[in-house]
Amino acid sequence: MLSIKNLHVSVEGKSILKGINLEVKAGEVHAIMGPNGSGKSTLVHVLAGREGYDVTAGAVTYLGKDLLALRAEERAREGIFLGFQYPVEIPGVSNIYLLKAALNAIRKHRGEEELDAIDFLARVREKLKLVEMKEDFMYRSVNEGFSGGERKRNEILQMAVLEPRLALLDETDSGLDIDALKIVANGVNALRTPERAVVLVTHYQRLLNYIVPDYVHVLVQGRIVKSGDKSLAHELERRGYGWVEAEARA
Amino acid sequence: MATSNREVEELIGRQYRHGFTTLVEADSLPPGLNEDIIGALSAKKQEPAFMLEWRLKAYRHWLTMKEPKWAHVHYPPVDFQSIIYYSAPKSQKDRPKSLDEVDPKLLETYEKLGIPLKERELLAGVAVDAVFDSVSVATTFKDKLAELGIIFCSFSEAVQKYPDLVQKYLGSVVPYTDNFYASLNSAVFSDGSFVYVPKGVRCPMELSTYFRINASKTGQFERTLIVADEGAYVSYLEGCTAPMRDENQLHAAVVELVAMKDAQIKYSTVQNWYPGDEQGRGGIYNFVTKRGACRGDSARISWTQIETGSAITWKYPSVILEGDNSVGEFYSVALTNNYQQADTGTKMIHIGKNTRSTIVSKGIAAGHGQNAYRGLVKVLKGARDARNYTQCDSLLMGDKCGAHTFPYIEVKNPTAKVEHEATTSKISEDQLYYLRQRGLSAEDAVSMVVNGFCKEVFKELPMEFAVEAQKLIGVSLEGAVG
Repeated sequence: MLSIKNLHVSVEGKSILKGINLEVKAGEVHAIMGPNGSGKSTLVHVLAGREGYDVTAGAVTYLGKDLLALRAEERAREGIFLGFQYPVEIPGVSNIYLLKAALNAIRKHRGEEELDAIDFLARVREKLKLVEMKEDFMYRSVNEGFSGGERKRNEILQMAVLEPRLALLDETDSGLDIDALKIVANGVNALRTPERAVVLVTHYQRLLNYIVPDYVHVLVQGRIVKSGDKSLAHELERRGYGWVEAEARA
Repeated sequence: MATSNREVEELIGRQYRHGFTTLVEADSLPPGLNEDIIGALSAKKQEPAFMLEWRLKAYRHWLTMKEPKWAHVHYPPVDFQSIIYYSAPKSQKDRPKSLDEVDPKLLETYEKLGIPLKERELLAGVAVDAVFDSVSVATTFKDKLAELGIIFCSFSEAVQKYPDLVQKYLGSVVPYTDNFYASLNSAVFSDGSFVYVPKGVRCPMELSTYFRINASKTGQFERTLIVADEGAYVSYLEGCTAPMRDENQLHAAVVELVAMKDAQIKYSTVQNWYPGDEQGRGGIYNFVTKRGACRGDSARISWTQIETGSAITWKYPSVILEGDNSVGEFYSVALTNNYQQADTGTKMIHIGKNTRSTIVSKGIAAGHGQNAYRGLVKVLKGARDARNYTQCDSLLMGDKCGAHTFPYIEVKNPTAKVEHEATTSKISEDQLYYLRQRGLSAEDAVSMVVNGFCKEVFKELPMEFAVEAQKLIGVSLEGAVG
């Protein structure tokens, strides 16, 4: 589904990603781990289409298309979802209003009929159960006054409603307590089908106990220096990142 | 009863001259302003003597006044002698024959605003005998109002049919001495609306100029007077979202609202006058005096305005809170894009006891637009327990526009509670990216954020206006993303 070849990315002249190679097939869950400043967020933002990143070399193919040639909203409509690390507030815009507009934009792009208010609400109610949130939450402004945990759950709720093909989750677990973590994990796991793929960016191994990855990659200073299966995550937990960095330098 | 030419001349204090008759008989008056012109204007409209007298007093006073220069707006000097103060309504042959002859850009805007086809013809001034069955619609409407004793007609009609009412209230809220443009308006006003709602009557529908039969172009000096007697309620809508062009550049309207004991007047405006081209040329100057007086106890007046048009918007819809427990409200969204300028706000004057005022102002500046909020909250010495809440927020889109705030607070009673909150923010890249990542186009994302910003004001609008206003904001912001 997603093929990243030799991706080099700079931000304001500074080289952040130095040749990323990654293949993600449908049905797979990939975890990307690494120390602060390694470029994890940069990677997901470049894939999502955020402005301000210069791709200096390399290519990214998504479902056979040149991903980097598409605008952010086009990528979203093609089924890419980014769960933000710091979801922003949008005062005056209710959650339900945003979600309905987003879903219908995606459906329109796919040539599907837009959902009316009643059908949409039915769908949302189903998904609210998944993230254990009450309906009145939908009428609040997007992320306004939400705690960190609520924001993350809101991201997962949106993901559940929009049903993307490729979910990029940027440190979805940061700032969450165990209960919130379990809810988030449930949401992600409910999405796991043979047609979908998930790329999880995370600092800590803990999340991976609940969302068990097929592959774990370690990103250090802009390069994937080591890849393995879920046991790699456990090793990192025990030993930290130091040994990987040392291995990479050697 | 109409004033004869001789009476007019006597009022003007001049000898009867042949030229004057010619003036009156012509279709349109020549450009220029003097007592003859005003006399001719009044005669053409067949006004009673009191009206002409009032106009002349206003004109003579205007001559003693100086144009104010303190607003945060810049414009080349207005030549008052080059304005035509009365022109005949456009004849059928001058109008476009169909929408095909209308400016395509205008049609594009109608499309974006979702205006029904029949309405587009009406708005574009297409020469059709009956665009739709406007007569029967308006007649049913008028019958309903007549049953309830509600008067809703053009101001010109009111001057002839209800002179006592007009005389009683005209100038009682905005005297002709009030300010330079109000004086001018009082001398040369063309037409507008007159509404009177009797005691205890609740007007069952929103009144708008749309339903006035023979609503010909009211022209540049609109005059409106709305009176709600004790316990009455009326909601009035002014304007429309469709962009309006006019050969006349200066629009100096006066609107007076009078609310008696327990009465409520809700006045909503959506203004989208031609703002000028991308370089700011040729736009309309909208210099308006709007004021409401809560004369009786527990009276309530609310102003809601969405100002997206005009090259220059200069207006302060205000409320004088005379009655005890009276309430004044002002909700505003003012948007300036390209080279538009706005200096707008409100004045809340607390006079009675236990009065309350709420001000919510949302200013959006984009392009090279300049947006200023100017507000006065005045609490007089005898105004016990006055309360005011003011929130003025500015949203800047880009780095070439400006937002300015000039709040004036004058409190002379120690029991007053006055709260003022202000925020200035820039439209956030993060917000736009978030929305785009959810599948919305860049334009829709901006629209959504800005509409969210204006939400508190939109919810004060009558529903049909609210939906149109949201679309209008989107259309007005075109080209502002970048």
